[in-house]
Amino acid sequence: MLAFPVIAVAQETPDSSSDEPERVHPLFDEGKLLATGGVSEVEGAGGGGLATWAVIGGYGTNDGIGVTVHETFIGLRSFSLNSVGVAAGLYDRVELSYAHQTFDTGNTGAALGLGKNFKFDEDVYGAKVRLFGTLVYDQSSWVPQTAVGLQYRVNDRPDILHAVGAKDADGVDFYAAATKLFLSESVLASTTLRFTRANQFGILGFGSAAHDGYQPQFEGSLAYLISKRFTVGVEYRTKPDNLGFSEQNAYDLFAAYFLNKHASVTLAYVDLGTIATRRDQDGVFASLQLGI
Amino acid sequence: MGGAGTARMIRQMALLVAAVAFLGFGASARAQSALYDDLGGKDGMAAIVGGMVDNALADDRIKAVFDNINIPRLKGLLAQHLCALVGGPCAYNRRSMKDTHAGLDLHDADFNALVEDLEASMDARDIPWATQAKLLAILAPIEHEVVKQ
Repeated sequence: MLAFPVIAVAQETPDSSSDEPERVHPLFDEGKLLATGGVSEVEGAGGGGLATWAVIGGYGTNDGIGVTVHETFIGLRSFSLNSVGVAAGLYDRVELSYAHQTFDTGNTGAALGLGKNFKFDEDVYGAKVRLFGTLVYDQSSWVPQTAVGLQYRVNDRPDILHAVGAKDADGVDFYAAATKLFLSESVLASTTLRFTRANQFGILGFGSAAHDGYQPQFEGSLAYLISKRFTVGVEYRTKPDNLGFSEQNAYDLFAAYFLNKHASVTLAYVDLGTIATRRDQDGVFASLQLGI
Repeated sequence: MGGAGTARMIRQMALLVAAVAFLGFGASARAQSALYDDLGGKDGMAAIVGGMVDNALADDRIKAVFDNINIPRLKGLLAQHLCALVGGPCAYNRRSMKDTHAGLDLHDADFNALVEDLEASMDARDIPWATQAKLLAILAPIEHEVVKQ
C-alpha cells in the first residue's frame, strides 16, 4: 500500500532487483480482502442471499483463482428450498457457478394434489464477467464494480410445470449488476437488472401461454459493515407473475459473519410472498459458504 | 435602487460567499483532522504505522519486499505520509508513486496483505472499524498507482 512507494526512498542500497529471486504467486492466492467476494446467493453466484452482485466470488485476486461451495436452506411456512453448489472465480474477471436446488412441498404437496414431500429439482449453471470497476480500490470515484452474466436453469418436472401452465422447464436469465462499496461510510449498495422468464426462480418453470416474453426485473441490496467480518443489510428482488398465481416480490433482512477467508455464515429473515397459491411464505434463510 | 445600493449589495453578497466558502473549507479541514484525532494524532499514527511495518516484516507473503530497507526511516516516512493523507498537521513531499515503486513487481495480493497488516495493527490498538474504514477508503485508491495494471 503506501509503504511500497516510499520503500524506494528508504532503500539503503541501489535497486538490486536483478539478483533477487522472483516472488511466487500461488494460484489460489486468497489475496482478496475479507468479505469482498460476497456470499453465495441462492442461485450459486457471488452476491448477497437473494440478489446477484457484480463481485466475483471467492478470494482469488486478478492473479489467482478462488473456489467456494455453499449450502443454503430456506424454511418457509408451507415449503422449503435447499441450494447446494460451487463457484469458481477466475482472475477476478470471470465467475462460473453451479447450484442444485431442491424445492420441497412438504405437507403442502398433498394439499396441492402433488403428494406429500413432492419435490422440484433444478440445476442452475451461471457465468458472470466483470466489465469494469473494482469494489475496493475505486474509492475516489463514483464508478461501481460492474458485471454482466447469465444463468441457465433446468427443472426436472416438465410434466407438472406444463400442467400448472408454465411454457418451459428450462430457461436463461440475463443480468447486469453494479455494486459499489462506500468504504468511508462502511456501506455497500448493489443493483441488478435481470431479464427473466422464470416463475418463482424457475421452481415453477418458465413463462406461460399468456406471458412468455422476457421481463426486466430489479434486485437491490443495501448493507452496512459493522466490522470487516460482520455485515447486516436488506435485499429486495422483484419477480414476474407469468402464471397468474399472484407471484410477489421477495425481500430479506440478513446478517453475514465472515469467520475467515475459508468460511462465512449468513442468516436472514426472508419473505418470498405468495408461492403456488400459498400466501405469506416467509421464514428463515441460513447459508454456509466454505472456500479456498 | 441606486448605484451605491447595488454596490453595497454586491459587497455583502461577496462577503457572504466568502464566509460560506470559509466555513465550508473549515468544516472539511475539521472532518479530515477529526480522522487524524480518531487515529490518535501524531503518536497514535506513528504507533499504527510501526505496528503495520512490524506485521509486514513477519508476513511471509510480503516480507521479501522489505529487504534492504532502512526500517526506522521507512516507519518515519510512512507516519508522515499517512498523517498528511488524513489531513493532519504534517508536511509530506509526495513523490511520484509510479516512480518510487518501480521494479517492486507488486500485485493486488501484496497490496491487500499490507492492508491486512495495517488492519491488524489498528485492531491491536482498539481503533474502531468505522475509523479504520475511513482511513482504508483514503488509502485504497493508491492501488491504482502502485500495482502493476
